[in-house]
Amino acid sequence: MVLDKIEKLLEKYDNGETTLQEEQQLKSYFSQETVAPHLEVYKPMFVYFLQTQKEEFTKTIPLQPKKTYTLYKWISVAAIAVLMFAVYIQVGNQSKGLEDLSQDELMAYNQTMEAFNLLASNFNKGTESVDALALMSTSLDRGTENISYLGEFSNTTNKILKNE
Amino acid sequence: MTQAEFLNIVMPFKDKVFRLAKRLLVSQEEAEDATQEILIKLWRNKQKIQDYRNVEAFSMTMTKNFCLDRLKSKHAQNLKIVHSNYQDHNVSLQKQVELNDSVDWVSKIMEELPEQQKIILQLRDIEQYEFSEIAKMLDINETAIRVSLSRARKTLREKLTKTHSYGVR
Repeated sequence: MVLDKIEKLLEKYDNGETTLQEEQQLKSYFSQETVAPHLEVYKPMFVYFLQTQKEEFTKTIPLQPKKTYTLYKWISVAAIAVLMFAVYIQVGNQSKGLEDLSQDELMAYNQTMEAFNLLASNFNKGTESVDALALMSTSLDRGTENISYLGEFSNTTNKILKNE
Repeated sequence: MTQAEFLNIVMPFKDKVFRLAKRLLVSQEEAEDATQEILIKLWRNKQKIQDYRNVEAFSMTMTKNFCLDRLKSKHAQNLKIVHSNYQDHNVSLQKQVELNDSVDWVSKIMEELPEQQKIILQLRDIEQYEFSEIAKMLDINETAIRVSLSRARKTLREKLTKTHSYGVR
């Protein structure tokens, strides 16, 4: 009697005509230990459906993506502020006047200046020699001019020779 | 809407979203990612949630579309989703081992079904939605749903019969 009913339900089930309640009946029938041998095929199906129903989503849902974004924004703002401040401090340190140097620093400064002056005087000597060279080159230019006069002279002599 | 309110709305069906995603994407990790993605999408549109008449149905539709897109892009890249969910269901008796074996077969056979049938079988036989609800989610009429459901169930049974008799002989 019960088996008969189950068989009918299964036929309806295969045709997609069962209601949810009827399907529930089938599921409870097939979750028993023993079922009619010729219906054994259906057992894994319904057992599987019932098993899968219990599977759950266990991961957490990360719901605050916006908050982390604002945090990053503020971190970058803070980083830039710190950077600017560091640069400002650095620049302030560099622009020290002569008057607020310590004794040692002053001495070092003077020594450096002396060395630089020495170098500069040598440079000046070099420039003087270069000046002498320039003088020579102007004399050379004058010489070339005179030579061109000579060329002119020879031209005229040739003319006179031809005429004869 | 506060976070608690949102979670109250989402909690009852987040498992269903996950199971549908897993049915379609097969791999556990992919399904988890997809579920997270969908819940985050819902959270971003939380202002609109009150306007939806049925958030659950809407989310299931979203899940279906999302997973199918995902599969399409995987196919386009010629990649297959590999799954590694070989967990043990702590069995002790020989009978139960056999049974679990054929239960595993069911999921393998369901993988081979066409996507539409997979989705319908999942929504009806596992999630136990009414036909009218499924019709709304998938935007097809109830008769079509009954037809593919019937086809899916028959294929499932036939293939199970085959594997069953293989085991015997």
